[in-house]
Amino acid sequence: MRGVGKRFRSGLAALEAIDLDIGEGEFLSLIGPSGCGKTTLLRIIAGLAEPSEGERRLSLTADSGGEVSSGRVGFVFQDPTLMPWSTVLDNVLLPFRLIGRVGSAERERVRAEIRAVGLAGFEEAYPRQLSGGMRMRVSIARALVTDPDLLLLDEPFAALDEITRTALNEDLLRLWESRRTTVVFVTHSVFESVYLSTRIVVITARPGRIAADLPVELSQPRERALRTSPGYAAICATVSNALARAMADRSQ
Amino acid sequence: MNVGGVPRLWRLAAPLAVGASFLALWEVVVRVEAIPPYILPGPLAIGESLWTDGPSLLGSLLVTLRVTLAALAAAAVLGVAIALLFSLSRILELSLFPYAVILQVTPIVAIAPLIIIWVREPFLALLVCAWIVAFFPVVANTTVGLNSADRNLLALFQLYGASQGQVLRYLKLPTALPYFLAGLRISGGLALIGAVVAEFVAGTGGAETGLAFRILEAGYRLAIPRLFAALFLLSLTGIVIYLVLDGLSRVLLRHWHESALEDEEE
Repeated sequence: MRGVGKRFRSGLAALEAIDLDIGEGEFLSLIGPSGCGKTTLLRIIAGLAEPSEGERRLSLTADSGGEVSSGRVGFVFQDPTLMPWSTVLDNVLLPFRLIGRVGSAERERVRAEIRAVGLAGFEEAYPRQLSGGMRMRVSIARALVTDPDLLLLDEPFAALDEITRTALNEDLLRLWESRRTTVVFVTHSVFESVYLSTRIVVITARPGRIAADLPVELSQPRERALRTSPGYAAICATVSNALARAMADRSQ
Repeated sequence: MNVGGVPRLWRLAAPLAVGASFLALWEVVVRVEAIPPYILPGPLAIGESLWTDGPSLLGSLLVTLRVTLAALAAAAVLGVAIALLFSLSRILELSLFPYAVILQVTPIVAIAPLIIIWVREPFLALLVCAWIVAFFPVVANTTVGLNSADRNLLALFQLYGASQGQVLRYLKLPTALPYFLAGLRISGGLALIGAVVAEFVAGTGGAETGLAFRILEAGYRLAIPRLFAALFLLSLTGIVIYLVLDGLSRVLLRHWHESALEDEEE
């Protein structure tokens, strides 16, 4: 991504001069204050929004030519964004249905993905019968079912309680470790981002600019015990300081 | 719809008790005051008329019911078709919606004579009148429903390269279903009203006489118990239409929509 900027029709500049290279297999967290354009940046990466200036180039392993074929990018929104009239099975099947591939292999893949997020036995349940955390798991299963090269998550756990959030952090980590999909993860939480990521990008508010680009050099695979280790605490402090500086720059 | 934990039996018994007391009071007042039956017949006299005139009234009911159901079906099909056109093109919606409103607010009694003159076939004339009254709630509700699709789901469909047809089939139509059904429930009652009003205006124009004309006729002849009997059948028909549409809505939405959920412990 080179010199990307985004200006809304209202004249509000959301992003300015963003240079960002995302490597294959990275777990990248975007962190910054509310309204810093993180979501907008994510939508530009997904191709759901066009940058007003600069260019976004996406080259994925399975690409044919310049066009990104559908199903190569998965997206998880802040809300689970499920179809309330469909069962868990049909919700996770949706990506295949939309790219026009619904066979027995795909159905088997859907069932496996539902098992992978720990929802075996809930295939025929409707979203309203599930808890908030379970709905988010369905949403993650749907994003992963096409085996995307790039997974984008927009503050997926912000509305969940601490216990559910920690559990989903673990699950997301295990899913990533087993597949090494490139992940871009938007969050408000320093602790969450350090625990999950291999790299953290701090963004300033209005217009959004990259304030810091920090690698997270912690042992892999990550274990729960890491959350109380001194190395983890040190990186959390670094990121917190970078975030504080980003916000201080703003107010001057 | 558990109202403050009222037992099921009471929910049925309470309104029935009110109805029975009302009928009893009515009968008593008519007898004590000695009101002649051509002014106000008592419930017993009406019941008697319902029994004796029942078969011929049922025949008339069938005529009215045919117009009503045909108009309702046309309102559902054409209403959805119009709403789909509106959802495809904002320009089309902006330019045509005001005329749908005009058609809706113009009293049907005022335009029914014209329609009856223009449309030679009596059944068709009645059908057109009833349809004009009934179609608007379906159009208005379905249009809102089609435009209510979740923004994020739309983005998701876009991400997977969904076609217009797929967005319509898998997202917009399911979203619009509860809105459409709410509109249809209103249209059911309106179709019956439209059919009755059209019959009033058409008079004996048709070969078969509907229930509305029987009411007019009974009025002319001062056969007031029969008038009430016909009125009773008409109300009953309206209630049955509502209950059927309500049941349909519950069956179709039972898994997911708040309006159709059973009482349950959370």
